[in-house]
Amino acid sequence: MAATAAASLAVGADNPTRAEPNAKMDGQNRTRVTLSVNGKNHDLDLDNRTTLLDALREHLHLTGTKKGCDHGQCGACTVIVDGRRINACLTLAIMHEEEAVTTIEGLGQPGNLHPMQAAFVRHDGFQCGYCTPGQICSSLAVLEEIKANIPSHATGDLAAAASLTPEEIRERMSGNICRCGAYSNIVDAILDAAGTRA
Amino acid sequence: MRAFTYERASSVEAAAKAAASNRDAKFIAGGTNLLDLMKLEIETPTHLIDVNGLGLDRIEKTPEGGLRIGALVRNTDLAAHDAIRKDYSLLTRALVAGASGQLRNKATTAGNLLQRTRCPYFYDPNQPCNKRRPGSGCSAIGGITRQLAVVGTSKDCLATHPSDMAVAMRVLDAVVETVRSDGSSRSIPIAEFYRLPADTPHIETELEAGEFITAVVLPAPIGGKHIYRKVRDRASYAFALVSIGAVIQEDGAGRVAVGGVAHKPWRMEAADMELANGAHAVSAALMADARPTEQNRFKIDLVRRTLGAVLNQARS
Repeated sequence: MAATAAASLAVGADNPTRAEPNAKMDGQNRTRVTLSVNGKNHDLDLDNRTTLLDALREHLHLTGTKKGCDHGQCGACTVIVDGRRINACLTLAIMHEEEAVTTIEGLGQPGNLHPMQAAFVRHDGFQCGYCTPGQICSSLAVLEEIKANIPSHATGDLAAAASLTPEEIRERMSGNICRCGAYSNIVDAILDAAGTRA
Repeated sequence: MRAFTYERASSVEAAAKAAASNRDAKFIAGGTNLLDLMKLEIETPTHLIDVNGLGLDRIEKTPEGGLRIGALVRNTDLAAHDAIRKDYSLLTRALVAGASGQLRNKATTAGNLLQRTRCPYFYDPNQPCNKRRPGSGCSAIGGITRQLAVVGTSKDCLATHPSDMAVAMRVLDAVVETVRSDGSSRSIPIAEFYRLPADTPHIETELEAGEFITAVVLPAPIGGKHIYRKVRDRASYAFALVSIGAVIQEDGAGRVAVGGVAHKPWRMEAADMELANGAHAVSAALMADARPTEQNRFKIDLVRRTLGAVLNQARS
């Protein structure tokens, strides 16, 4: 219910039932922003409240990125911004002027899947698929984080290079919840994709 | 979420000044906690000052041999920094024990210190909460308290501070550097930074209105074994029931702070002095004034056992 309310707020920014009593503020409650998504620039005039997630889904109609909890707890909204995975629900769109946003649509398309998307298909790394775009964006960033030697809670020796093990993958993917419970296949898919990329 | 105006601050001084001119303004950096609370209308700023363009994202050596961590250094970058993982590994361990990879990529050093409690009653706008609405009462008292504080509580609040990073900062005797709205700067030792709830649980730190954190400074490395052990209801991505941050020297002396038990990272000099006498003595000192509820009494035992495991690990 909270998620629905937030979505309708972002779309119906001028919804009179939520208008501020101080009407003269209205003009300042919006900001122009240029979002760069999957290599394409979009000039938007947004209610300041619009999250990056709502901008992607409701304004740019890129509905591959999913809204689950809308509170940073489930990871379904994970996108990659300037090379880093973040929760698109917990950041304002207007705070991403000219940053490079990559969504699931930017990774691959039917007939031309990204190797990670293909690995998820090959390993049955999903059932209902709702969390999958977030899982895939997150898993690509996880491989980059391991390459960059960013430590995790599963890392043993902080002086050694981070390693690509099932334990590391599980820990690093803990911000992506899958209610269908496809976790073990997701780990297999990520390890497989990491191998094919090496 | 309530409507708000928005500006990108051009300098620290401008940010502090903008905050001083509007008591309902908030700074926003990573935003991972603030926006969550704004969606629930627990936080209702009328103006946001975006400080992400201010730099403050470097980790530099201090003349004293320590490190100055810019307020906007992301949790991921702090945890991964070579000098941190080598000389202050307690801090890396605490950081990676908290949140998720996505959140750590956005969350900042200053924002982590200032995150609000995850007390379920604070998060439920339908319930009285002295922190959210001063004077409305504490729903946690007589409510579900399993996760909540056991020491330093008051008749008005049982909330815990949720940060893992802050526990490590307390062990390391970090210093918070700020700029006030009149442009003056000051340094606040982490030991004096957080307040106990008493009868003003809505006032959580010593920061004044509009005061802006610019950096967190670590003193020179102190050596020893650095250990952070977190006990929680699931293996990852959950807040602590109890966590222990410790630096233990070869002779058994050292420092210890506890997370998940109080309104701030819980460290006592008298407890540090007991380290050579073992986990029972240390936890007895730390928990001497504990006033647990029936539901969270287990935390007292959990502190002792977790401390025992930490001291064993230090000896191994």
